[in-house]
Amino acid sequence: MIGRFGDYGGQFVPETLVPALAELEDAFNAARNDATFQTRLADLSAHFSGRPTPLYFAKRLTEYCGGAKIYLKREDLAHTGAHKINNALGQGLLAQKMNKTRIVAETGAGQHGVASAAVCAMLGLQCIVYMGTEDMRRQAPNVFRMKLLGAEVRGVDAGSATLKDAINEAIRDWVTNVRTTHYLLGSALGPHPYPTMVREFQSVIGVEARAQILDAEKRLPDLLIACVGGGSNAIGLFRAFRGDADVAMLGVEAGGLGIETGKHAARFAEARPGVLHGTYTFVLQNDDGQIRETHSVSAGLDYAAVGPEHVYLFDTERAGYTYATDDEALDAFAKLSQLEGILPALESAHAIAEAIKRARAMRRDQIVLVNLSGRGDKDLQTVMANQ
Amino acid sequence: MNRIDETFLQLKTKHRAALMPYLPLGYPTLDVSAQLIHAVADAGADLIELGVPFSDPLADGPVIQRATHVALQNGMTLTKCLAMVRAARSAGVTIPLTLMGYYNPILRFGIGAFARAVKEVGADGLIVPDLPPEEAGTLDAACRAHDLDLIFLAAPTSPASRIQKIAQATRGFLYLVSVVGVTGAREQIAADLAEFVARVRAATSKPVCVGFGIANAESAKRVAQIADGVIVGSALVAQIGDAANAVTAAQKFVDDLRAAVER
Repeated sequence: MIGRFGDYGGQFVPETLVPALAELEDAFNAARNDATFQTRLADLSAHFSGRPTPLYFAKRLTEYCGGAKIYLKREDLAHTGAHKINNALGQGLLAQKMNKTRIVAETGAGQHGVASAAVCAMLGLQCIVYMGTEDMRRQAPNVFRMKLLGAEVRGVDAGSATLKDAINEAIRDWVTNVRTTHYLLGSALGPHPYPTMVREFQSVIGVEARAQILDAEKRLPDLLIACVGGGSNAIGLFRAFRGDADVAMLGVEAGGLGIETGKHAARFAEARPGVLHGTYTFVLQNDDGQIRETHSVSAGLDYAAVGPEHVYLFDTERAGYTYATDDEALDAFAKLSQLEGILPALESAHAIAEAIKRARAMRRDQIVLVNLSGRGDKDLQTVMANQ
Repeated sequence: MNRIDETFLQLKTKHRAALMPYLPLGYPTLDVSAQLIHAVADAGADLIELGVPFSDPLADGPVIQRATHVALQNGMTLTKCLAMVRAARSAGVTIPLTLMGYYNPILRFGIGAFARAVKEVGADGLIVPDLPPEEAGTLDAACRAHDLDLIFLAAPTSPASRIQKIAQATRGFLYLVSVVGVTGAREQIAADLAEFVARVRAATSKPVCVGFGIANAESAKRVAQIADGVIVGSALVAQIGDAANAVTAAQKFVDDLRAAVER
């Protein structure tokens, strides 16, 4: 079986794309062992993206919770404001290696679109970003950023006009222009090799965080927490700790208005396997196998499927998955802003919400490490509207 | 020998290409959709490809996207699609019928149960555009167990090694995607189509049918000269969508296509 994590993953795509996926896999495998490529990636990660990002001890948030120590991995401080730059940079360099000069990308919250636009500008590549019109409305500052960075933003009106619909259009564009175009998919989902490749480009998060916490505390954390939309920031954090049996891992999905309302994006809460966008994974769907519309206050978590490796981690009980509702995320947004002077992305606020709950129930000598995957400047409009 | 094999064998003795219209089930309404199957069969279709609607048809262009969206709004489900095939058979449609649908609804229905149900209602084959041979093992086994043809697609981007694999895996016929892209009528047929058909023919003696992009009788005529079958989807769906009387319009369009594929 190609590109499987247990039963999950695979390559469920139209035939036209199969050769392009094979080409991409070859290029990626070659790049992994190519010292020149790795040196260039490391150099740009440091000087363009601003890596390593700090690991920050959230003292006042810790005191507020009165339990475990809370550390934040500050991906919000990476260039363009989120972890998305790690993957965009890696794939941008790969596209150059494959002589593909046209890039298409999808975006939900706009963070991946902004990261792609920035990388394309820096590398001199043409960039087209597909974005649901509902997301364009609620993440307007990022639309403007992408345009300033020279990208063309194409609005998608279909379905619920969010991330899923943007991915559909990006794939259709790729099917049509596959000979000249690379699809810069922004999360650890989609057909093989994307889940593996995106994980590898994001695994720098966990590699850094593991060394940083050992440096700060001389020990590993008890619990890792990250939000899960497609799941790239979570898998990027988790990867380096996979062999550390005493480090628990927790992914936090979007509970939206509550599971009972049906308006959410909590794939693990329903745990129904299916195929969406080329991969076999948990998919929110109705009894007829039609993909359901999802809801979250955060555009980046508002998606019907989850990266297949997360389902594998769930099945093997290596990681747990839970959800935070819109209201809990908004509360956590306010708490982190006021206690630590950090505006988190609404996506990351879901992880913060869960961290607050968990830390309270843990001992003071325990450690929770949260991936603060992005900054919240893009969400001011949404937060203000919800106050 | 099943209906699909028989049809291609007969057409071979007549030296004529098959005409295979595509109809999205449940469009424009459930009732009219049922009538369209008969109308298109009466107008001279040799096989019909019946589209099962899916919420996220990523291999389809705007015309079929819109039609399948309408079908879902009309309450179409996979179960109702099967019922429509059964009704068409009991009302006397005898030509081969293939179902074309994305993989997730089939998975949700259950692969074994689905293959059994497809056979039982009287369809002859399946086309699953997001299921390349590498991922098709379970469905292929279920189709074989119920004597259904699982039809695979080759694309202009497929290298020789994949064309070999696809040609070997496909049953009934090989579905050749004429363009690099999604479904939808194109002004002209692809310039390299003849060369592509020749490459596929070198790999197989199975019937080769061409779809994606065939807009009108003129294109159908040209494709019919080099292929064993001509598949017309979006252009027909657009006729249905634009017409005051969908059934009459479809019948007329298929009449013209049929005349064009006669040699």
